[in-house]
Amino acid sequence: MNRNHRIKNILHITVLLVLAVIFIFPLAVTVTNSFMSEQEIADNYDPVTDKNLSSYNDNTANHFARFQLIPDVVVLKQYYNVLIKKTQFLFMFWNSVLITFPIVIGQTIVATLAAYAFAKLKFRGRNFLFFLYIIVMLMPFQVTLVPNYLMAGQLGLLNSHWSIIFPGIFSTFGVFLLKQYMEQIPDSYIEAARVDGANQLQIFLKIIVPMSRSGIAAMAILVFIDNWNMVEQPLIFLQDAAKQPLSLYLSRIIDGEKGLAFAASTLYMLPVLLNFLYAEKYLLEGIRLSGIKG
Amino acid sequence: MRTGKLKTNNGCLAWLFLGPSLLGFSLFYLLPFVTGFYYSLVDSPINGTFVGLHNYGALLKNPSFLSALANTARFTLICVPLNMILSLGVALLLNQKIQGRNLFRTIMITPLVVPVASVVLVWQAFFDLNGVLNSLIHALGYPPVDWMKTSWSRMVVLVVYLWKNIGYSVILFLAGLQNIPAEYYEAARIDGASRRQEFFRITLIYLTPTTFFVFVISIINSFKVFRETYLISGEYPYNSIYMLQHYMNNMFMALDYQKLTSAAFIMAVFIVAVVLLLFIVERKITNMIN
Repeated sequence: MNRNHRIKNILHITVLLVLAVIFIFPLAVTVTNSFMSEQEIADNYDPVTDKNLSSYNDNTANHFARFQLIPDVVVLKQYYNVLIKKTQFLFMFWNSVLITFPIVIGQTIVATLAAYAFAKLKFRGRNFLFFLYIIVMLMPFQVTLVPNYLMAGQLGLLNSHWSIIFPGIFSTFGVFLLKQYMEQIPDSYIEAARVDGANQLQIFLKIIVPMSRSGIAAMAILVFIDNWNMVEQPLIFLQDAAKQPLSLYLSRIIDGEKGLAFAASTLYMLPVLLNFLYAEKYLLEGIRLSGIKG
Repeated sequence: MRTGKLKTNNGCLAWLFLGPSLLGFSLFYLLPFVTGFYYSLVDSPINGTFVGLHNYGALLKNPSFLSALANTARFTLICVPLNMILSLGVALLLNQKIQGRNLFRTIMITPLVVPVASVVLVWQAFFDLNGVLNSLIHALGYPPVDWMKTSWSRMVVLVVYLWKNIGYSVILFLAGLQNIPAEYYEAARIDGASRRQEFFRITLIYLTPTTFFVFVISIINSFKVFRETYLISGEYPYNSIYMLQHYMNNMFMALDYQKLTSAAFIMAVFIVAVVLLLFIVERKITNMIN
């Protein structure tokens, strides 16, 4: 019995290990290859990126790309290229920051206020309105694309970051997540504060917000990740390449600039990855919250 | 923990708290949603005349829309069940006392946070005709496959989808599993239930709410796979992975707003129908359990 158990345990760990390697592999390749020289990158990936060589030949096996995890020589040339030699990367990184941060801050404030109303205040049409919020949350971006585009044009927002920031701030996801969280706060706290003579604003600022801190953190992280990674919106709203965020830059450098692609990719994922490692427990909390039914 | 409604009448106050969100929601989501529907019923967004369901009729005869619709449906039908089965499996593994459990969990959700654009290079190098996967196949003595430019491309998108989305579902399932009271299992064991019976009679039944939620999330994320497909193979990928979102994006570029809004609304109606159906079924099952 005990031996059986141990064998099973080892089997399970093996399965998990294999999965873990698969999950982490693309990440590992990107990070380690960012320390390779341009020549080494070319040696490894030319069969894929250099389409002149790309006719497959039955007799030669070395016409394939290969993944190499450990660089022959560690060089920082890619980082030098990305950060110092070419300024485009920094500009687009800055664009990503300029788009993402207002969305995270704006949505946090707007959603915290609204979530409180949905979770703890009574008003007519509450359930119906919340249902609308959920339905809209589930819609693909393309559903409201045309009217949004025309409206951005009318408001003169096209080709400006605001055409993405405004819809981002008012995305209903944050409201949904925080409502779930705030519903768990017992009403007795609010009653007690009211007996002590606190008004609604004080109750909100001194009780609800402090007690929802980890829920708010979870929401902010999920919103940050989602918007840092966005592709569809800038593709449509920002025709001007100088205003586009990094997500679009990376999809374009693939051909040609092998000497910096991996370093650019690594730098691009660094903020999200650091954020994730630092605040993993909030992220987990956020995912779990999204699963609780309202 | 009682979380009933507060007694005082705070209707006005509620609207103050709700105000900013509601204003933006109406302006940037609700209004476009309604206008979008209107656009699908007229022949031009500007000074159009009402044409009823004509745009929808035209769309349902359009071959590239129909193929995009079929591809999206087929992809969703394959990837959603697969995602659910695999993530439930991983969650069950992680729900045991296993060494390095937290580390495994962390690794599983890493793909979720990594920007797609960052690892696109790796996927391309892996699935290209001259890519790493083909070098393995070649080494085994088989002819290489052009993964992205044959009907295999559907499988490539499936792999990328699973890689990206399993983590989220695993966390949801794990939370669901941990909510099942241990006494249920103890009672079943005393009654002499087998492992298999335990799984089907307790685990699966009590996991129903979570399962439904994972189902909804998986469907929604299956629509988001467009991002990956777009970054890997551009605006016009191989036929079998040309999705509704490609179609809508391309209609946008072609300024054919009628086709786009009609397609968007067919998709919207479908999503609302699925969600409503799920919530009804889920409520019935939950009531049965209680």
